[in-house]
Amino acid sequence: MILALELSLNIGTAADEKTVMDGCLAGIKPGEGAYVSRLNVGGALRRRLLDLGLVQGTWVECVGRSPVGDPAAYLIRGAVIALRAADSAKILVRRE
Amino acid sequence: MGLSRSSVAGGAVDKGQIGRRRPQDKLVALAGNPNVGKSTIFNALTGLNQHTGNWAGKTVTNASGFCRTPQHSLLLVDVPGAYSLLAHSAEEEVARNFICFGGADAVVVVCDATCLERNLNLVLQTLEVTRRVVVCVNLLDEAAKKGIQVDIDGLSDLLGVPVVGVVAREPDSLQSLLLAMDEVLAADYQADDHGLAVPYPAALSGAALRLGNLLPGLLDLPQKAPNISPYWLALRLLEGEPTLLAQAEQYLQVDLRQNEGVRLVLAWAKANLQAAGLPVDTDGLQDVLVTALIKRAEEITHRVVRRQGIGHNPDAKIDRLLTGHYTAYPLMLLGLLAVFWLTISGANYPSELLSAGLGQVQDGLSALLWGRVPPWLHDMLVLGVFQTVAWVIAVMLPPMAIFFPLFTLLEDVGYLPRVAYNLDKPFACCHACGKQALTMCMGFGCNAAGVIGCRIIDSPRERLLAILTNSFVPCNGRFPTLITLLTLFFVGAAGPWAGLQSALLLTLLVVLAVAVTLLSTHILSLTVLKGQTSAFTLELPAYRKPQVLQVLVRSVLDRTLFVLGRALLTAPLAGLLIWLLANVQVGEVSLLAHLADFLQPFAQIFGLDGVILLAFILGLPANEIVVPIMMMGYLAEGALVEVAGLADFKEVLLANGWSWITAGSMLLFMLFHWPCATTLLTIHKETGSLRWTALAAVLPTAVGFAACFIFANMARLMTLL
Repeated sequence: MILALELSLNIGTAADEKTVMDGCLAGIKPGEGAYVSRLNVGGALRRRLLDLGLVQGTWVECVGRSPVGDPAAYLIRGAVIALRAADSAKILVRRE
Repeated sequence: MGLSRSSVAGGAVDKGQIGRRRPQDKLVALAGNPNVGKSTIFNALTGLNQHTGNWAGKTVTNASGFCRTPQHSLLLVDVPGAYSLLAHSAEEEVARNFICFGGADAVVVVCDATCLERNLNLVLQTLEVTRRVVVCVNLLDEAAKKGIQVDIDGLSDLLGVPVVGVVAREPDSLQSLLLAMDEVLAADYQADDHGLAVPYPAALSGAALRLGNLLPGLLDLPQKAPNISPYWLALRLLEGEPTLLAQAEQYLQVDLRQNEGVRLVLAWAKANLQAAGLPVDTDGLQDVLVTALIKRAEEITHRVVRRQGIGHNPDAKIDRLLTGHYTAYPLMLLGLLAVFWLTISGANYPSELLSAGLGQVQDGLSALLWGRVPPWLHDMLVLGVFQTVAWVIAVMLPPMAIFFPLFTLLEDVGYLPRVAYNLDKPFACCHACGKQALTMCMGFGCNAAGVIGCRIIDSPRERLLAILTNSFVPCNGRFPTLITLLTLFFVGAAGPWAGLQSALLLTLLVVLAVAVTLLSTHILSLTVLKGQTSAFTLELPAYRKPQVLQVLVRSVLDRTLFVLGRALLTAPLAGLLIWLLANVQVGEVSLLAHLADFLQPFAQIFGLDGVILLAFILGLPANEIVVPIMMMGYLAEGALVEVAGLADFKEVLLANGWSWITAGSMLLFMLFHWPCATTLLTIHKETGSLRWTALAAVLPTAVGFAACFIFANMARLMTLL
């Protein structure tokens, strides 16, 4: 409910500009980086991502992709972690 | 869900091992993130000889060993790697249960200096459980290479417990760790308490503190569990993670969630949290807790870690090649080919040598016994027991002794996680986990080890997929047979290229095995194990220079001798049994002939013969003894033949009606048939279910029969045309 409210508030304001600027981790290309803004997941994956240090404001860099393009490797707090696009699409980031 | 918790949880450490602990021994847990060199430290401290049946590369169960500090004797427990005490996978649960409820007198948390920040998460969580902690910052040399410096004393000041910096590969540097362990084990040890290490939101830590003050009285904590910090237990109660609470209830022998007093104070504490605007559900609270932990770790790192220059990553270049779009798969195949080629060409000569040597021993033994014991006993011991054992040693030992270390080297360098990374997409397409590639690789060594290794997979469904399909890849006990048959029947004249040809064919067989693994995984995930693909996170560790000597020692001691020992244990019995079968006559015909004749029509459909199938059945205890049993079966029937080399071996086979079709069918059946007894027992232990164990046996057997049927009949048709 709250999420829906947030979304409806965002629409029509600066949302369009924001989504261009921002996006999900899956959209980050090798060599680029971004700050984590929100984890759009719950349960086991959320705990796993938190364990790896992916809290709000964490700087993440994409360091490469596997031969078929998915998964991709990310530098997170000094360690290289591979994530599938399906999962990294749920990690919202901002680039600034 | 099929997977039994009891196999991994509960007592955590093998009861037998703890039982050997003497009263004066202190129990110390060695914990840390995966891949920080814990096992290296464990080995250096306990000595290789004390090493228990743990598999190199990945610690999935607690291993323990003894070591001495200047003041104490210790039982050191090597806990599986874990990122945090929040536990996801079965192996992390083993780690968490041991650290929280293992009753350790002290905990050593090993950290990787190159990514200290991530490692501090576990350190901070462990410090909430107990203050008797030594933080051991390892890999200082690698960090220095990357321009990273860690202020050890500063870290010790901030954490309030002893911190030592070591380079685990230089055992001398571990001296400081021993001294620090003495410090925290001293009866009068007091950690420097700088209040609460982790700054949780005030309402949360306040509620936990007040709850923590009430718990000792409510639960009789000082009596039941003097080691457990009430503050930590209060936080866990608030958090409400069910598996941890169940474990705590078992340890404290109290029904925490039903306890009236606990329920009242918990409700009151949660009301306080709600009033402060904090979440009270497990997920929401975990977020708050973890965020505070990570922020604290970040803050500490900022104060004690210095980076010089731009953090250049020397691995990036290697990764571009090993995981590159065009290069990754060809390099994987080339690597496999190289390993097989080295194994085959390297094993050739020692095999011949052993064969000749053991032949002489057999002659000596025969001469010694001849005339002194009845002829039947002589035959039974020499031709039955000894010859089977000699076969196992001569044919199986050399390839194993070469393949295992080579493979362990790849593990040690850090290549295997890249294989999982490269192969994740195919596995994801089969609704499975990319880490299944890792357990598959472990299966090359030993399927039983591969099955245990499946604990690294978080999702129970995907773990079962990996367990059920593990024996599709040939283990070390099957490689020598595959190599021998390929060399004898499918490779042209012996020469410098014969080894390479065998290696190429073997690589093709392995590719086939991997393809069948993927296919059957896919079929399973569409039928009996339906479900969504779960999330996947895989750490790609920095490449490390392999410790060649240690790898050699460990792989020979741990793996080769273990597998060989098992084969040698079963070989005499199997030899005896087959000899008896061949020599006990029922109506003028030996039992063996009866059995083989009985199996013959069935076996022939699949291109095999009765003796081969019988050998596979009798070889259930270990795949290594299938060929020796088969040879005994052939030899016992005819006149005594001296089998001194591979050429003689082939002659025996040809004399018994073998053709390249028989050899091809046997190759396929060697690749795909029921797992050996050890693997089956392991599968039963890991799944806790007879049904899954049966499926794990039926599945590869069905595939094997189908493959043999198709191959043999196609081949027969081809020869007809």
